[in-house]
Amino acid sequence: MEVVQSHRKSSSNNVIVSILPLYRSAPPLEVRLEDFEFFAMDRLRVLKGISDGLCRGKKPEEMEKLVVDLWKANMRHPQAVEEVNKDIISHFVLRLVYCRTEELRKWFLSMETTLFRYRFCLKSSEAQRALMSEFKLPYKAVSNAEFESVKDNLGQVARSMGQTLAAADAIFYKVPFEEVPDLVAGRRVFIHKGHAYVAMNQVVSLVVTQFRSFLSKALILTNRKWTSTIREQEKDRLTPIVEALCTSYQGPDYSQPQEFGEISIKDIDQVAKTSFPLCMRHLFEKVKEDHHLKHGGRMQLGLFLKTMAWCSCLMGVGLKLDDALAFWKAEFAPKVSAERFDKEYAYNIRHNYGREGKRTDYTPYSCQKIISVTPGIGDHHGCPYRHFSEENLRAALVRMGVSSRAVEDVMDKVHNRHYQLACTLTFEAVHGSSCDAGINHPNQYFIDSQRVLQSKNGSVA
Amino acid sequence: MTKEEADNGRDDMVIDGPGQANVVPDGFNANYLRIYYGKLFPHADMFKWMSYGNDGKHPGCDKSYFGRREFSFTLENDIYIRFQSFNSVTELENSIKEKCPFKIDIGPVYSVDPAKRHAYAQSGDNVFTPVERELVFDIDISDYDDVRYCCTGADVCLECWPLMTIAIKVIDTSLRDDFGFNHILWVYSGRRGVHCWVCDGKARRLTNEQRAAIADYFHVYKGNENSHKKISLPGHVLHPFLARSYTEVLKGFFEAKLLPNQNLLASEERYEKILEMIPDASVASELRRRWQENKRASMSKDDINIVRWEQLKSILQSGKQKMQGLRRCVEEIVFSYTYPRLDMEVSRHMNHLLKAPFCVHPKTGRVCVPIDPNNCDEFDPTTVPTLSQLLEELNRGGLRQDAENEWDRTSLGESVTFFRTSFLQPLLKSCKEEIENSYNAKLQQSKNALSW
Repeated sequence: MEVVQSHRKSSSNNVIVSILPLYRSAPPLEVRLEDFEFFAMDRLRVLKGISDGLCRGKKPEEMEKLVVDLWKANMRHPQAVEEVNKDIISHFVLRLVYCRTEELRKWFLSMETTLFRYRFCLKSSEAQRALMSEFKLPYKAVSNAEFESVKDNLGQVARSMGQTLAAADAIFYKVPFEEVPDLVAGRRVFIHKGHAYVAMNQVVSLVVTQFRSFLSKALILTNRKWTSTIREQEKDRLTPIVEALCTSYQGPDYSQPQEFGEISIKDIDQVAKTSFPLCMRHLFEKVKEDHHLKHGGRMQLGLFLKTMAWCSCLMGVGLKLDDALAFWKAEFAPKVSAERFDKEYAYNIRHNYGREGKRTDYTPYSCQKIISVTPGIGDHHGCPYRHFSEENLRAALVRMGVSSRAVEDVMDKVHNRHYQLACTLTFEAVHGSSCDAGINHPNQYFIDSQRVLQSKNGSVA
Repeated sequence: MTKEEADNGRDDMVIDGPGQANVVPDGFNANYLRIYYGKLFPHADMFKWMSYGNDGKHPGCDKSYFGRREFSFTLENDIYIRFQSFNSVTELENSIKEKCPFKIDIGPVYSVDPAKRHAYAQSGDNVFTPVERELVFDIDISDYDDVRYCCTGADVCLECWPLMTIAIKVIDTSLRDDFGFNHILWVYSGRRGVHCWVCDGKARRLTNEQRAAIADYFHVYKGNENSHKKISLPGHVLHPFLARSYTEVLKGFFEAKLLPNQNLLASEERYEKILEMIPDASVASELRRRWQENKRASMSKDDINIVRWEQLKSILQSGKQKMQGLRRCVEEIVFSYTYPRLDMEVSRHMNHLLKAPFCVHPKTGRVCVPIDPNNCDEFDPTTVPTLSQLLEELNRGGLRQDAENEWDRTSLGESVTFFRTSFLQPLLKSCKEEIENSYNAKLQQSKNALSW
């Protein structure tokens, strides 16, 4: 792919017509600098929309519709060829933008894979088979004799998903179960002796696995190329665009430490009551009550508290590592002796702060991550709007001081699985002011809350 | 007297003391443990296992394999040392004997020697990363506190232990029949549960995503502390795996054992918990009315739990109940009370540590012995050999030195033999075949490359 300053040449002679691009290699196209940026922005809108949809726990049917709408709104072009080009160009630009850190790669990989999944599903089964052969998947359809021998089981799986097995034209592929982890996880396939029987309407999982692993490797390579050559070569032209693209759209990046503020332990109780989102408030209350939290809860709350310190420079509040340790130690004290605490728990907390072990600075959990976990027995982490029973959630909202009318509004969002909107409404009810951006991150909730409170007190510097 | 001399003094008393020393006081301490590691712990077998055939002479062997495995020791006063690695059985054995860890954990095989990870960290690019790890499962009886009334927390008795037994049956069958794994080791965790190690080459090389998929396949129990709906089984029929688990294991266990033994329907407090799971209030109150009435008139000889369970089933499954959810409710109750509850995080990630077999649990003094999944009904956690019992058996053996291994003189012998014959030997045989095959394939490939 070559980026030119302006005025494109006609690209009609290197038309790439594919049913759905697999983005195997950068296209031999010339791209105008404006398009380079604008196409990428448009695709980013699509990916961001998908990310929001996933956060809200949309069902597959709803996601399918969402993807169609997002694509129509941002990527359509009256000329089919132009649309394909825009698709490919924007993908490769965003590869550059999102190849640069592990976190960015993970997000991009996940959104692009989701996008590909739904676009694939929308194709006719002939087109799907053609794409399968493009991937060169080595799988053959199950023979009639074998089909007969497992037919009952296949029927049982189909009915367990509320479908029926149309035996007449059923095509099944027999693949190692490792190739279709999503189908295995959801018990949506029959598995026997290490092989999964994948129905024609499920081959998307096979294809997506391939797509994902290819893109994952490609992103690593792109990153190498970026750091070794492109960044320097393009430092006056593409590099600024690439670097701006990722920060301009993603909202604040809570993984980057900002300035330190101070908050002392005795203030945490107060701040927790006024400015913690329900998920953190609940964990905070539990640790005070039980003097113990299981691993998932320790991580969710611990990383949140850590980041509070970084993000609250504006408000002049924050929590330092030593304070965090002191806090945990005090709370665990009745059950865990100080000595044992230092040995077992302190390790974990320092680990959170990147001082020991892998020395990675763990990023605090976003709403998307918190919503997607599955808390088990004894666990208190997760998103209350998703993981609490209705009574428990109602009771918790009342304790936060949410009025009974507002509770109904929140529950309405919960029933439609709009967990982040439910959290946003809670924020608005508690603070008596609007939150137009919505809640995407517990730390954002905290910061917005502190802003509202300080402006009420008139104490903003 | 130095500390070491003092220790030796005690050793002598315990082991070779004259006559009266046959009684070893109960308990767990570093001196006992030192003798255990010195005379009984099967170092060589652990090394063989963790080498997966790479300790052989075959040119296809990966000599660095064992040395890239993380071991982690927890020492006497809770000192935790991670990222230990060893290059031979002697190094492993010497380190264990010298440090005398209260707990040995086994981690993944990394891309490079974990003890030298810092040296590689400088070069960037994530060189230090887990590359292989057994697929592991951890099941704790303490996660079943809402369905057992005999014990709570870490306690376990013969009334509630069968919950572990059926967990083994359900998971073991599926790992073999569904996933096609063959080399599976079940181990008593020493106190309150069981561990499972799936050691097939294919299992060791699973990615985190694939591990998570298997864990999710097994994950039915979806309750957490803030929501009471623990299990929901949607769909018209059960997935073949769940259907098989239900008919072959769970249903029979629930009706014949758990229901009467835990008196699940005998008292109001207990049956209310089951009635809560019935989605139709009128059906629940009909049952409640009946059970409150016949509270006094218990002239029937039959177990009241079973009588009431039959009543519940006949109402819920009678032809009158058109609602799909009501018919399914009987299964949901059985699943809620009996289906295995896995610690998901342990299985999901390659870098989770898990306690090694043949460790001794410091609280109970019991050895983490293997459990035979084919005879798991016979496993009794209350008769698992304890450290003091083993030392006493050693003492009783006295000066007899003829046995090839010390453990043959103790009740640990049976466990070591089982570990070798049922797990280790078949595993190593298939490892060798795998090494041979992949070596030949590589050879073939390079030949083809040359002929071009």
